[in-house]
Amino acid sequence: MSALEIAAAVRSGERSALDVVEEHLTLIEARDPGLNAYNLVTAEGARAQAAAIDAAVSAGEPVGRFAGVPLATKDNMCTRGIPTTCSSRILEGWRPPYDATVVTRLREAGAVSVGKTNLDEFAMGSSTEHSAFGPTRNPHDPSRVPGGSSGGTAASVAAGFTPLGIGSDTGGSIRQPAAFCGVVGMKPTYGVVSRYGLVALASSLDQVGPFAANVADAAALFDVIAGHDPLDSTSIRDFEPTAQAVLEAGVDGLRVGVVKELAGGSGGVPGLAADVLARTAEAVEALAAAGAVVDEVSVPSSTLGLSAYYLVMPAEASSNLARYDGIRYGLRVDGATTAEMTTATRTAGFGTEVKRRIMLGTYALSAGYCDAFYGKALKVRTMMLEDFARVYERFDVLVTPTTPTTAFELGARTQDPLTMYVNDVCTIPSNLTGHPAISVPFGVGDDGMPVGVQVLAPASHDAQTFRVAAVLEAAA
Amino acid sequence: MRTLTSLTPTPNAKSPVSLRAVVERITRDEVVHVARLARLDLADDEIDQFTQQLGAILEHAADVEALEVADVEPTSHPLPLRNVVRADEVSESLERDEVMACAPDVQDGQFRVPPVLGERT
Repeated sequence: MSALEIAAAVRSGERSALDVVEEHLTLIEARDPGLNAYNLVTAEGARAQAAAIDAAVSAGEPVGRFAGVPLATKDNMCTRGIPTTCSSRILEGWRPPYDATVVTRLREAGAVSVGKTNLDEFAMGSSTEHSAFGPTRNPHDPSRVPGGSSGGTAASVAAGFTPLGIGSDTGGSIRQPAAFCGVVGMKPTYGVVSRYGLVALASSLDQVGPFAANVADAAALFDVIAGHDPLDSTSIRDFEPTAQAVLEAGVDGLRVGVVKELAGGSGGVPGLAADVLARTAEAVEALAAAGAVVDEVSVPSSTLGLSAYYLVMPAEASSNLARYDGIRYGLRVDGATTAEMTTATRTAGFGTEVKRRIMLGTYALSAGYCDAFYGKALKVRTMMLEDFARVYERFDVLVTPTTPTTAFELGARTQDPLTMYVNDVCTIPSNLTGHPAISVPFGVGDDGMPVGVQVLAPASHDAQTFRVAAVLEAAA
Repeated sequence: MRTLTSLTPTPNAKSPVSLRAVVERITRDEVVHVARLARLDLADDEIDQFTQQLGAILEHAADVEALEVADVEPTSHPLPLRNVVRADEVSESLERDEVMACAPDVQDGQFRVPPVLGERT
């Protein structure tokens, strides 16, 4: 059953929310030991919330749009009184004193969070292998990664543990695992979904977004979590989420651009696999068959995205992660002075990938190098914004692969960070520009693993990505 | 007016990473220095590993480093940020006890830390 079907059945009294939740908890208990999608299953809280929803339905009181629908919550979203680890030893045992806005909104909508899902530590990674609590595995093939960093949420939705999931996307951390796991994942326009209570990685890139098994559920989830939040100073005012309203609109006459640099040609981004490119080309053909006007388009600066991102993201991360000093929350390892205590705490609490990015960011911001690296990366962002603004004068949406390849084997890329970073090459531009983008499943690769196709749109045109995704879903 | 040519990296920017170039990118001493700034205590093998890996990542970023972009304004954020203020009204705030309960060491409602003065920096 889809999320919307479950909610309708619960609202009408046809199904009990408690039964629905119990069914999903049983599945998690049986199958999650082999996948490790969850850092924590909050069974008791989920049962209590479901029982309250059933009581409200019996009493004829209003219940929310997602009444009784099980939800996976990425473990970098603050949940009051419930451990929030970011899959890091440095936050093990921390119970936040407040809820993230997205957590509050979804609870008010009746969605029942069944637990906190695994991620690459502090969302730094593309495989969910960099977790202090062990890797998550891909439900389609447990020898392969689910992608990352929202790999636990993607695996939960793909395995049928929950119809809905919440993730965060700094360089592709929703879209890439969605593609690897064969589900729908979407990164909204920066500022459309509140970041209040999302543990910060890179504040100018981070965005919270929806996961679902189908486009209609993802659109409904987006419409619930989008909207202004006074607790987030970067939240856009007056944004009206309309994703659900455009799902039937079709693409007749829509101008679709195929980004040349991400289509496998010479002079473009290297390393895009033939099977992924073939599925993407078929997706574009499907849009043309549905009436879209398709043309190839060049976005020259997109080839610089990866380099710019791996300067901006670590720079912001090194600054954001300075807060883990052993003083106000989380781990403390004793030392004779505060400086020694902080150093001992960070050294023991952070994993290797986090240390690597803190080092990279600290270096990129240090005296003598800041202008050459961080300063120039910020200029690449301007060039990208200008490039995309020019392209969007002629096109409504752009289509690219979501990832260069299908899901790879566990351990295949952990030794060389650059081979891991290259995973993000198609998803990064949307984070640097703040634009919305969705990944929708479109067939499988030569290895039988899911392939994701990405649809990009200009800022605040989030609904367009769902509109196109609905057509692709129907054609896949 | 910026032209498309300014988008083109120098011809050798994406050439295969030579060991020599990597060694020149970042030295072991710099890694030790940066680790101290970041309050991380790296083991010897970690210093070697990071020297090599950070060098390779910075080499990859040579395409950005090589750009001639003096006339391009930087973008630090996707939105034009303005300071946001709210009405000066009393509203709910976090529970003090709940916040302090998260801390590793508390005394008299305050965070307690080891000595700060006299420490080596």
